[in-house]
Amino acid sequence: MIGGGLLHYWVVIALMMTGLYTMIARQNLVKKIMGLNIFQVSVILFYVSLGKVAGGTAPILKELAPGEPAPLYSNPLPHVLMLTAIVVGVAVTALGLALVVRIRAAYGTVEEDALRKLDEEERAERSTGGGA
Amino acid sequence: MSDSDSMQRWHLRMREKPVLRIVAKRFIPFVLLFALYVQFHGDYGPGGGFQAGVIFAAGLILYAMIFGREALEKVAPPRAVEIAAALGVLLYTGVGVATMLGGGNFLAYGALDSHDPMHGQHLGILLVEAGVGITVAAVMTAVYFCYAGRGAGE
Amino acid sequence: MTHLPVLQIALPLIAAPLCVLLRHARAVQIFAVLVAWACLGIALALLGAALPGGAISYELGGWPAPLGIEYRVDLANAFVLVVVSALGAVVLPIGPGRRGHAVPPRREYLFYASFLLCMAGLMGVAITGDIFNVFVFLEISSLAAYTLIALGRQRQALRAAFSYLMMGTIGGTFVLIGIGFLYQMTGTLNMADLQRLLPAVQQSRSVHAAFAFLTVGIGIKLAVFPLHQWLPNAYSFAPPAVSAFLASTATKVAYYLLVRLAFGVFGTAYVFGALGLGALLLPLALLAMFVGALAAIYQSDLKRLLAYSSVSQIGYMILGLSFGTATGLTGGLVHIANHALTKGGLFLAVACIVAQTGSSALSDLRGLSRRMPWTFAAIAIGGLGLIGAPGTAGFVSKWYLVLAALSAGRPEVAFAVLLSSLLAGIYVWRVLEAAWFRDPVQSAPRGEAPLRILIPTWVLIGASLYFGVFTEWTAGIAEAAARQLLEGAP
Repeated sequence: MIGGGLLHYWVVIALMMTGLYTMIARQNLVKKIMGLNIFQVSVILFYVSLGKVAGGTAPILKELAPGEPAPLYSNPLPHVLMLTAIVVGVAVTALGLALVVRIRAAYGTVEEDALRKLDEEERAERSTGGGA
Repeated sequence: MSDSDSMQRWHLRMREKPVLRIVAKRFIPFVLLFALYVQFHGDYGPGGGFQAGVIFAAGLILYAMIFGREALEKVAPPRAVEIAAALGVLLYTGVGVATMLGGGNFLAYGALDSHDPMHGQHLGILLVEAGVGITVAAVMTAVYFCYAGRGAGE
Repeated sequence: MTHLPVLQIALPLIAAPLCVLLRHARAVQIFAVLVAWACLGIALALLGAALPGGAISYELGGWPAPLGIEYRVDLANAFVLVVVSALGAVVLPIGPGRRGHAVPPRREYLFYASFLLCMAGLMGVAITGDIFNVFVFLEISSLAAYTLIALGRQRQALRAAFSYLMMGTIGGTFVLIGIGFLYQMTGTLNMADLQRLLPAVQQSRSVHAAFAFLTVGIGIKLAVFPLHQWLPNAYSFAPPAVSAFLASTATKVAYYLLVRLAFGVFGTAYVFGALGLGALLLPLALLAMFVGALAAIYQSDLKRLLAYSSVSQIGYMILGLSFGTATGLTGGLVHIANHALTKGGLFLAVACIVAQTGSSALSDLRGLSRRMPWTFAAIAIGGLGLIGAPGTAGFVSKWYLVLAALSAGRPEVAFAVLLSSLLAGIYVWRVLEAAWFRDPVQSAPRGEAPLRILIPTWVLIGASLYFGVFTEWTAGIAEAAARQLLEGAP
């Protein structure tokens, strides 16, 4: 097997680092949010891989014929947990984008270094141009 | 603002695309119907409020993208969307309160029907999922309203 | 009543959408305040029920724990519940304020809805016995907090909220990863069950990783020293009422969570024995105490000064935890309440000032004490509390911390606590000096702040004085809670 049966962990780690790197290195706030999404997706993948049972099928309840052995299910709990985590992720993304929209309206840009410069200029102006 | 200008230009362009308009018009009812199927089939198979809500909202948003935000506002006024989002949560928590009044713990659906707890379980999950579905659909639509066509009033 | 534990969370959770339906600003305000007061009543009742010792358990949906979600109230979290709901009940009546926020009056109901959701989330983190539920409530409270911070009047509030959102979500996701590892190793999400099952698999690397992820994740939400970057901006640009509530509760709940995980899930022997968390936390706590206080000295804005002071005060709480002893933990837990009262009162005093002058810059405070004597009396007492002067609540916490340091055989740490108090004296002095010994500026306000804000300020400051003398309800309960935590789950 590729990666010694641990391939999914490598994928998770690669995605996680991609996301974190994007969040740290990118100046554009929208790209930062994209990084955040990738980061969250890696965790979702991690959980889903936890629930996988080798050879297991979808965990759907069905009527069994007498004598028929119960099929092997994947563990549904991590999937359900991730449903919640996805909702949290969507909420965070929506709120983050809403903030970006308002930042753009207030500053006219969504580039981190431009924003920092605008804030510093404002602070310098306030400290020199009269305390009131 | 340029944002709203580009939105307007987008809709003008949309008006010249009969294929998209016709296909969307034919498809949207089925999207909404499929959302309801996913919602109510959640009892027996994969499905449920979250997925159904998102699909329903996707139908509404597709409508707005093709025919304009104003058209969607006629179908689903923002104020109504906001109320629906609140009502969905209340339906969910209301079930919890009802089960407590029925003598069970919070969200112990069995308490909804004192004669047949199984029936109570069915009713409880149906109502809770309905609440989830309404809220998710409303919130997704509200999120779309927040982003699309900004700059007109705010 | 048997349903109290769930009502504690369900009440604000139901009230928030009702606020949206009510919509009318005045009606929503009255309704939300009543709900917050009811929450305080429930929390007090729960504390009363938890006092004899033992834990109250509530099974959601009637599904028994470990399978179902369990709400579990013992002394430690009943104590936190009372602190959170009390702060909510005192701060909420102020509302978003007329000056110092960006909410148009017709949208004010959304402020109250977010505030109630934030309260529900914070109390949920404290009350639940299910570790995944902790994540959900943590994110509910954080999302509400980002929204509330973004309501600040200046546009910097938006940037502060955005960077808090980035940091907070990384923290929350780290917590989620840690929970995943725990679930992978034990197959359960119930905290009591985890505590039972973890010792068997303790030596595996997955559990180490789980602990690391959880500690760092919570550390971000707690703003423990190197991870505190989001805090000063968030607290100084948020509307005053929001600063007062979040500064006094959000980090405290994260602290409680760290304590709960250390003692109620992983166990003292593992955390402090095998992993030596104390050796990591102690230097971080000391750094936080000094860096926070030193940074506070150089601030030119009162809100920002108080925010950096929070970084330093969080250091004290971490210090209490780092000893891993009952006395240290008592000091940390009692500081939850004492610092919440002191810092909440101080931020509310800032709200008074902002309501009158529209600014919280130190240069605008000159001579204000003559115009607003009550507000500045509150600031003086609160400031003494930050220093830890005898007779204030801050003294009680530091007393326990010094005791813990001495009994752990670390007199130099006790000395560091005293030294950092001296630094606190410097930044408090800067505020008082500006307010008392300078001539007023021309544009000084007409008079005292409205009673609507002044009364809550004095409720908190008065309480911090009361609990500085009568410590039965703070230190007494904290001590019992610490003992209960150290002895493990009953």
